[in-house]
Amino acid sequence: MEAILEVRDLEKSFGGMRALDQVSFSLAPGEILGIVGPNGAGKTTLINCLLGLILPSRGRIFYFGLELFANRSLILEKVNFASSYVALPLSLTLEENLLVYAHLYGVRRPKRKVTELLELFGLAEIRHKRTRSLSSGQMMRLCLAKALLNEPQVLLLDEPTAGLDPEMAQKTRELISTYARKQKTAVIFTSHNLYEVERLCDRILILFKGKIKGLGKISELLETFRVNSLEELYFRLTT
Amino acid sequence: MKLRRIWAVFLRQLYLYRRSFTRILDAFYWPTVDLILWGFITLYLEEASQSLPHYVSFFLGGLILWNILLRAQQGLSVSFLEDIWARNLLNLFVSPLKISEYLAGLALVSIVKVALAFGVMSTLAALLFGFQILVLGFWLLLFTLNLCAMGWAIGLVTMASILRFGQEAEILAWALALLFLPVSAVFYPVEILPPWLQKIAALVPASYVFEGMRALLLERVIHPVLILKATWLNLLYLVTSYLLFLKVYRGALVRGSIPKIGE
Repeated sequence: MEAILEVRDLEKSFGGMRALDQVSFSLAPGEILGIVGPNGAGKTTLINCLLGLILPSRGRIFYFGLELFANRSLILEKVNFASSYVALPLSLTLEENLLVYAHLYGVRRPKRKVTELLELFGLAEIRHKRTRSLSSGQMMRLCLAKALLNEPQVLLLDEPTAGLDPEMAQKTRELISTYARKQKTAVIFTSHNLYEVERLCDRILILFKGKIKGLGKISELLETFRVNSLEELYFRLTT
Repeated sequence: MKLRRIWAVFLRQLYLYRRSFTRILDAFYWPTVDLILWGFITLYLEEASQSLPHYVSFFLGGLILWNILLRAQQGLSVSFLEDIWARNLLNLFVSPLKISEYLAGLALVSIVKVALAFGVMSTLAALLFGFQILVLGFWLLLFTLNLCAMGWAIGLVTMASILRFGQEAEILAWALALLFLPVSAVFYPVEILPPWLQKIAALVPASYVFEGMRALLLERVIHPVLILKATWLNLLYLVTSYLLFLKVYRGALVRGSIPKIGE
């Protein structure tokens, strides 16, 4: 299947520190790729490069066959992002926040789409409440609703279940999985939770000190490295 | 540029102001206080000194026009700060929004802020002091456009500084325009300045606008060359400040500082 996202020889250095080193991978439509690695491994730098927030020192990123930095606006119309660490403006209501982003992403019939997503995420009853009154679980659902406004072909999720209780985390995982399969949306998912990565992702990318230490289906990686569990594999490759 | 994205930037600020009493108050409070304070001071001076017959007109005209520049500048830089304080910059910059669209949206916000401040100040000046700013006629439009342009140029430099140096530079959102106040000849003619400051004033677009305003109020005539000079300088200011902002934005992409701004 043709890649919807292709990363070629990506490198990023900050001063003398190399945050990403020769990172290459691709992503097919509907595929969920989990990125794991210890703190400082380069996960967030990689996500920020993929979002066009950081200019790589070397290498190139292609979405839909188009180079990211030369076609930024065009590409980002079909990409979206959510993170447990990035909230939406707290002074606006849930509905207002989504309406602003619906206009930014060029959504047709923005009010209808916003209502549909608020209902999908169980936020319709509190649509007129200010965002600052939300719990962390509700905030994450709102951020996910924002991330689905433009029905993205590529969805980048930076630790979307961090800080959520087990029930909410499970619901979030189910929602992401169902949505990706149904809409054929490619998802990049970073997490420290190996259990959820194993449950959710088709392939994983293990990053350590900016380098790819392992990339592929979990079962194949376990066989290649002759280990019995993802946890064992993780510690083998990141210590 | 896509209009719906420019509208989204404006809408975000509109929602913010719609339910924030302190922000609405800020839009009216300072223009009102400034006008009442300076209006009565100039009335007193005019009565005390018979040789200053046009003081009220000069002062109030200067004050109202200076507020146009100030509000245009703050419309850009304070709105940018609002996005930083709300940690919304990251969400905006990972959307399809282009820099030019973001700036156009903020310019639209600043036009509304200018219109509000102008409306309040001109109404109070007419009611309390009998000063009609509209006597400036068609020239008022050209003055306004030039002052907005200079305000936006200062706003862009402020935004570039905040993007480069972080929130430590946010004081510039209120202070940078004031740096131009002494050499803009708002309340006095350029000729009152020492020669070296007159040379600096000659490079400041606003000084031509205020000289023009005084000529119009005093002699009912204005040399179009004043406006031409202001317009030419403003074009230079705008292009330079826009290029500076783009350069700083690109530097922020290289340094990876956008996700960290506001932390």
